[in-house]
Amino acid sequence: MKRFLSEFAENRVALAAAIIVLAIVLLAICAPLVTPQDPYDLASLTLRDARRPPGYVGSKGYSHWLGTDAQGRDLFSAILYGLRISLQMGLVAGAIALTLGATIGTLAAYVGGRVEAFLMRLIDLQLSFPAVLLAFVLAALLGQGRGPLIAALVAAQYAYFARTAHGAAVAERQKDYVEAALSTPLPARLVVWRHILPNCLPPLLVVATVQVASAISLEATLSFLGVGLPPTEPSLGMLISNGFQYMLSGRYWISIYPGIALIILIVGINLVGDQIRDQLNPRLRR
Amino acid sequence: MTTPLLEVRDLATHFFTRAGVVKAVDGVSFSLRAGEVLGLVGESGSGKSITGFSLLGLIDAPGRIVSGSIRLMGQELVSQPQATLRGLRGRRIAMVFQDPAMTLNPVLSVKRQMMLALAAHERLSTSEAVRRCIAALERVGIPDPARRLESYPHEFSGGMRQRVALAIALLHSPAMIIADEPTTALDVSIQAQILAEMQQLVRETGTAMIWISHDLATVSALADRIAVMYAGRIVESGPTREVLAMPRHPYTRGLLDSLPSRAEPGQDLRQIPGATPSLLALPPGCPFAARCAAVREDCHQHAPPLMEQGGRSLRCNHPLLPWAEGAA
Amino acid sequence: MLSYILRRLLQAVLVMLAMSVLVFLGVHAIGNPIDVMMAPDATQEIRAQAIALYGFDRPLWEQYGRFLLRLLHGDFGNSFVFNMPVLQLILSRLPATLELTLVAVLAATLLGVPLGMYAGYRPQGRLARLVMGLSILGFSVPSFWVGLVLILTFAVTLGWMPAGGRGETASLLGVEWSVLTADGWRYLLLPALNLALFKMSMMIRLARSGTREVMLSDTVKFARAAGLSESAVLRHHVLRLILVPIVTVFGLELGSTLAFAVVTETIFSWPGLGKLIIESIGMLDRPVMVAYLVLVALLFITINLLVDIAYAVLDPRIRRGHAR
Repeated sequence: MKRFLSEFAENRVALAAAIIVLAIVLLAICAPLVTPQDPYDLASLTLRDARRPPGYVGSKGYSHWLGTDAQGRDLFSAILYGLRISLQMGLVAGAIALTLGATIGTLAAYVGGRVEAFLMRLIDLQLSFPAVLLAFVLAALLGQGRGPLIAALVAAQYAYFARTAHGAAVAERQKDYVEAALSTPLPARLVVWRHILPNCLPPLLVVATVQVASAISLEATLSFLGVGLPPTEPSLGMLISNGFQYMLSGRYWISIYPGIALIILIVGINLVGDQIRDQLNPRLRR
Repeated sequence: MTTPLLEVRDLATHFFTRAGVVKAVDGVSFSLRAGEVLGLVGESGSGKSITGFSLLGLIDAPGRIVSGSIRLMGQELVSQPQATLRGLRGRRIAMVFQDPAMTLNPVLSVKRQMMLALAAHERLSTSEAVRRCIAALERVGIPDPARRLESYPHEFSGGMRQRVALAIALLHSPAMIIADEPTTALDVSIQAQILAEMQQLVRETGTAMIWISHDLATVSALADRIAVMYAGRIVESGPTREVLAMPRHPYTRGLLDSLPSRAEPGQDLRQIPGATPSLLALPPGCPFAARCAAVREDCHQHAPPLMEQGGRSLRCNHPLLPWAEGAA
Repeated sequence: MLSYILRRLLQAVLVMLAMSVLVFLGVHAIGNPIDVMMAPDATQEIRAQAIALYGFDRPLWEQYGRFLLRLLHGDFGNSFVFNMPVLQLILSRLPATLELTLVAVLAATLLGVPLGMYAGYRPQGRLARLVMGLSILGFSVPSFWVGLVLILTFAVTLGWMPAGGRGETASLLGVEWSVLTADGWRYLLLPALNLALFKMSMMIRLARSGTREVMLSDTVKFARAAGLSESAVLRHHVLRLILVPIVTVFGLELGSTLAFAVVTETIFSWPGLGKLIIESIGMLDRPVMVAYLVLVALLFITINLLVDIAYAVLDPRIRRGHAR
């Protein structure tokens, strides 16, 4: 583990990315402490402050250094609160998809036979379907809200985990030690739990980092298209979507700054994930 | 004595890895006459394959040839630009590898792969090129070569595949061929067959060969001379017969003793204790000292120098047989 | 080979059937389209008439049976909103999406594969790092946001290209195409670029990882040892070895882009299928949704089939394996 970390730190770009992601997560968690305004508190909003450019000093006396949106919200505050929601959605959806996918994948590999063939065929079929479309249709069917949105994200993503877990589990199952373990009187459950699952974890972790990033991006896309969260819970995608209509008139900041926040987060996570993948790939090791 | 075909002097190829410098080849010297077969023997990790790749100029980063000289027909190869080396590869020096299933491109037909190898050095009309390919396949003993030319590698058996690889290597009638464990991945019965055929081929065409192997038995059946490698160096070399009959290095002796054919029936096989040392941190002194049966106190301090005489060479502080007084 | 294709075809039909059930049930869960179609002050009588007219009063399985039967005749019903046959509606929107997708995916592949191969060939080089940095960016940045930035830069700030719409088209084989007119290209360029960036990142990553692994293989060593030049090794050996996954992804991406164009089409008001489906979902235009989903499913299954066949053509090992 120590060696893993030091090797990771050798890639400066990845290290910087990891630090930035951590900083963003911290900022998002501490949002109420560091923001000048609670963007959900309607009483604190004044329309007089709406759509002001970055640096504008509002009627409350502090500077809106990223500007304000159409409702007069301070964009910096709105972005941090939006990050909170985006991160929550991404992590919760990612965790559920990981659990569900890993369970299906390893079970299929363990049970084998027709059940395995059937399940994996289904997963393959789903994977050939674009995740965005699936999530979009589901989100539209289920309606707005956190629950439906998470369900849509999970449905779009669990298949990646299932495929990865299945691949790793099958490779593991064929190894002699698993056969040896299965031939002992140990309960089979235990073999799966103790031997097969731990060996599937590294590839699953790599997929997980990428998928959390893509869940966040997917959530933003859905919210942008209007099938994600309700306007009362503005995630980053919603902020960007709200600003879109003002962009053609030159009020770029309402869309652009939330977008930059979103990109830094996603690029950061992907860079970290890339480095972990390279480190875990034994064929590229030197 | 004529100038040798290949003359390697103090060749050193190091790999600059994260963990440190791996001296995979460190001060290797040998020479090869036209038509001669040299067996390069050693355990895995002894640097014998890297030596082969160094001759071709095919060392990938983080490795490189750090010093020494490789002269092919009088021409210095070390520090030549890649373009020059490429011009020699396949035309003057060819190489075949251990596993033909891995070396041939599975998604290209044999014809296509042979044509590519031909086009690397010669501009030929298609019909002439096809004729050459067929002739090459025929020469390595592939039945019905005109038809087999259109096949894909997976449609050949393992032995046939290695013959195809050999045919590609011999397309330009190179002066020498490096064979890196070319029979190891094959069935034993096929091994012997390929072995005999390769021997015959190089003899007929006058091609010199470096046969790289961990298997002393195979090499001794084939090679005119043997060089034993250990931890990046040649520890003993000489004419096959002499080395086998009178090994002077304890490591060579150990290798010979561990051959099953040398053991009395029912007796335990002898083996060399321990394993190849890490090339990252070689101890001072003789790298074999830790495993040597005839080790003495000074072996741990003094690295043995290279001694050469009468076509034999040795790196040992305390040879098993007295070293060549008056042998010259 | 033939029996293999036949078997895959049968599989495809079964999958299509399953999809149609899923789509049918899924869409029926959305809500009551009658509420959308009717004015709020419509009388019970008018409502009942409409329900009978569209068959909403029948049991679900019967509705499905009729639906399937009509489906087989290519009859997807009439759009509630546009009041025209759905098939006609979809076909009228298809060319716009098709040309957008083709231009984008082709550009992405033709640029992405060479760039990715280079990045995999010289992973430590400066240019390779730049390419990879760009690809991570293109991969990460949500495509709707890239669209916004493109509009802001090229349409709003620079004024070089229009912010949306399709522009002039010319007719070929009775279909209107943008790619045939200069004006059409002006409108096509930004949305195509928007779509292509993401796909290109994907192609780059795929080609790079493939090249990196293949470069370490004995096949490449052997080819080099035979004196092949680096460019010959790359063009003939490496490209062919990494082609199989690339063709797969190309096919799948073509399909997913056809569907994924929803985002780009919405941003650029490109009058294609994607925009249609977004509007339809918003207005609960059930027949359009059903038809769209069924067609997308059909598209994917067809592409899957084609990809499998391409696999067999490209990889002789598979070809033989299935002929047995």
